[in-house]
Amino acid sequence: MAKINITNNIRTLRFFANEMTQQELAEKTGVSRQTIVAIENGKYFPSLELAFMIAHTFEKPLDAVFSFEIINDKKKKK
Amino acid sequence: MDIKEKRILVSLVGSVVVMLFYAWYIYSRYIAGNPDILNDFRFWGRSFLILIPIAIGIQILIHIIFAIIIHILWKGEDIDPIEDERDKLIELKAIKISHYIFIVGFMLAMGSLALGMQPWVMFVVLISSGFVASTVNELFRLYYYRKGV
Repeated sequence: MAKINITNNIRTLRFFANEMTQQELAEKTGVSRQTIVAIENGKYFPSLELAFMIAHTFEKPLDAVFSFEIINDKKKKK
Repeated sequence: MDIKEKRILVSLVGSVVVMLFYAWYIYSRYIAGNPDILNDFRFWGRSFLILIPIAIGIQILIHIIFAIIIHILWKGEDIDPIEDERDKLIELKAIKISHYIFIVGFMLAMGSLALGMQPWVMFVVLISSGFVASTVNELFRLYYYRKGV
């Protein structure tokens, strides 16, 4: 199974959403601030449900928030 | 270190201290003067049954004191943060590892009986494996919170 690397633009999107705080995003998505911190730092990959909730909060499609890269064949998919 | 990590650390230290103190108490009070008691099953039964409420009570007390200290020292910090999918995943992974450790300990305990060792060896191995499994559970939770899951 190919390994994938998931990255996100949450920090940038928070900045463009009137510098939304991590706590505000956490409250809007129903998780703890620590989980938002872990997602931003790439230490936790959220469930599909939470990923959609985050995208919905920023009013963006999912692929505008998260992107992934297949490490084995270096093929990047956005 | 966030509140959840601090709480795990407090719980870890609390359980280690309680277990060591209880083991020392049982040894010095009962075993040191009368080693034959090790072969008395009632002694082991009573020791188990007394340990459980004591450990739970002290853990509750430690967490209450911890919450008060956190509230006084870090007023802005959320004492009871929401438990979400990441917490559940971390707990699941840590429990899985601790179950494996306890299973190994259980097999060793049964193995000691199969090899004809004294029954007290089985009890010591069983209690130790439960304690190690619980400690490893806390350590892995701490590890997953720090390193990511």
